Amino acid sequence: MKNSVLEYLEETAKRCGDKPAIIDGARQLTFRQLRQLGRQLALKMTKEYSFFQKPVAVLLPKSADSLVAFAGVLYSGNYYVPLDEKLPAQRLGKILDNLQPAAMITSAEYTGLLTSLGVEQSKIILLGTLYEDLPPEDEHHLDEIVQQIIDVDPVYIIYTSGSTGTPKGVVVTNRGVIDYIDWAIQCFDIHEQTMIGSQSPFFFDNSTLDIYLCLGAGATIVIIPKMLFSFPAKLISYVKDMRINFIFWVPSVLISVANAKILDEIILPDLTKILFAGEVMPNKQLNYWRKRMPNALFANLYGPTEITVDCTYYIVDREFDDQEPLPIGIPCRNTDVLVLNAENRRAGMMEVGELCVRGSSLALGYWDDPEKTAAAFVQNPLHSHYPEKIYRTGDLVYVNERREIIFVGRKDSQIKHMGYRIELGEIETAIAGLPLIESACVTYNKSKEEIVLLYKASETMELGEIRKALLPLLPKYMMPTTAYQLDEMPLNANGKIDRVTLLQRYGQ
Amino acid sequence: MEEIIKILSGIRPEYDFYQESNFIEDGILDSFDMVMLVTALDEHYGIKILGTDIIPENFTDTASIKRLVERYGGME
Repeated sequence: MKNSVLEYLEETAKRCGDKPAIIDGARQLTFRQLRQLGRQLALKMTKEYSFFQKPVAVLLPKSADSLVAFAGVLYSGNYYVPLDEKLPAQRLGKILDNLQPAAMITSAEYTGLLTSLGVEQSKIILLGTLYEDLPPEDEHHLDEIVQQIIDVDPVYIIYTSGSTGTPKGVVVTNRGVIDYIDWAIQCFDIHEQTMIGSQSPFFFDNSTLDIYLCLGAGATIVIIPKMLFSFPAKLISYVKDMRINFIFWVPSVLISVANAKILDEIILPDLTKILFAGEVMPNKQLNYWRKRMPNALFANLYGPTEITVDCTYYIVDREFDDQEPLPIGIPCRNTDVLVLNAENRRAGMMEVGELCVRGSSLALGYWDDPEKTAAAFVQNPLHSHYPEKIYRTGDLVYVNERREIIFVGRKDSQIKHMGYRIELGEIETAIAGLPLIESACVTYNKSKEEIVLLYKASETMELGEIRKALLPLLPKYMMPTTAYQLDEMPLNANGKIDRVTLLQRYGQ
Repeated sequence: MEEIIKILSGIRPEYDFYQESNFIEDGILDSFDMVMLVTALDEHYGIKILGTDIIPENFTDTASIKRLVERYGGME
């Protein structure tokens, strides 16, 4: 049984050390090189600093160096905190205020920014100044550190948006990652021939799957240049040229490829596994992909950062109409999902309730924020015999007659309109399936009692046309009352629809 | 050319598009801007730029955008 994610790298470097672990433009690192560079960085850290089991922030563009930094932090007995190098200074400052990192790994171009935010120069570690060789006694020293890591120790902290404006640092354990990765390797048959086309930024937890499938199964990560996500045809050509056979992307990217009909022009014979998570994948665009890639596996994964990336999955196994919701499926191995109704009892079949998660995948909590931790990680209300935490996701779901979990919407986006209880997600799903609609977001203007639709369509569409098309799909009281057609839906840093911006612009 | 610069300025008003040399390599236009730009060009010139033409070479600078628009029959 593994205690530390580093055991993945140790085993893989022994088994296939000369195989590329990461391809980053013209630069490649083999598993042996990645291990060696990580240990050199760790050695530098242990020689220059004395901290142990502390957070070390990593502020670097997504690159092979990022993985070296993560490995180095772990080999030094600490845990890493990947940060977006493009964060506005104020937001970065808030994170650093909360985190108080023991050190920061970065490159020279960010040192000015960090010192201006109050980070002491002595805490800044620059990559590129690594030791040439490791004497044997130091190798032994690092091995001793690794042996002290146990599975409930943190492996990383990922910051997520907080409702009050201060980001929350989710503290994830080695055990959570190991359980998740062991399950994923088996479920999706990942091996040394797997070429992962990495889309997710490393500060977004979807990247955990890319990184640790690589380390765990000896797969190769190909870092797709960020610029290509602006050009769907170039993106797909790159996937083809690099012979990428596995992707785990946010739906927005898959949607943009489908809307531009790129797969009509470019065939991807190598791509056989297409996973997605992070937001709702509309069946209209998924059907486009499935039609052009009938032999590929498509899987819808679901989960918040607080339960280690994903807690449920659905391998698409039947046909869906464009308007139908895609299930989020069944729990991943060694994870239990409770659907709790308003009375905190198990919801019956087809009854909507809050999705709650129990198991060793749960994060330890929010870094230095006991109040928010206590609110989200609570005692399992189904018993009081011993302490057992569950995580309340705030997501509303139901279990269908096939025993699949169906996502309905956010608990906090439930509205009462004209006396009816309405899930805005249900309206969005219906609208997203309409012809010409490319994406849709629905919010509620409480003061005006209006259901507000923000949408992008391939042609000009009036609200009247949309309401007419919705008549067979929704009761009249669920029809949008106001609509704004946008040239483009704003996306956040993770490539998801930026609901925060939309709510700010169009009211709640 | 003036109309294209006007469209670009509408999307990213903080840049002087008379001065910028390479919109893509210099990071002037990100993925969000690109989709807005294509939509704006489609609407303004009454054209429909195909997904296969949304490539960096066609959006490097105002001259390349102008050539793309003209290829679709859009004229200033």
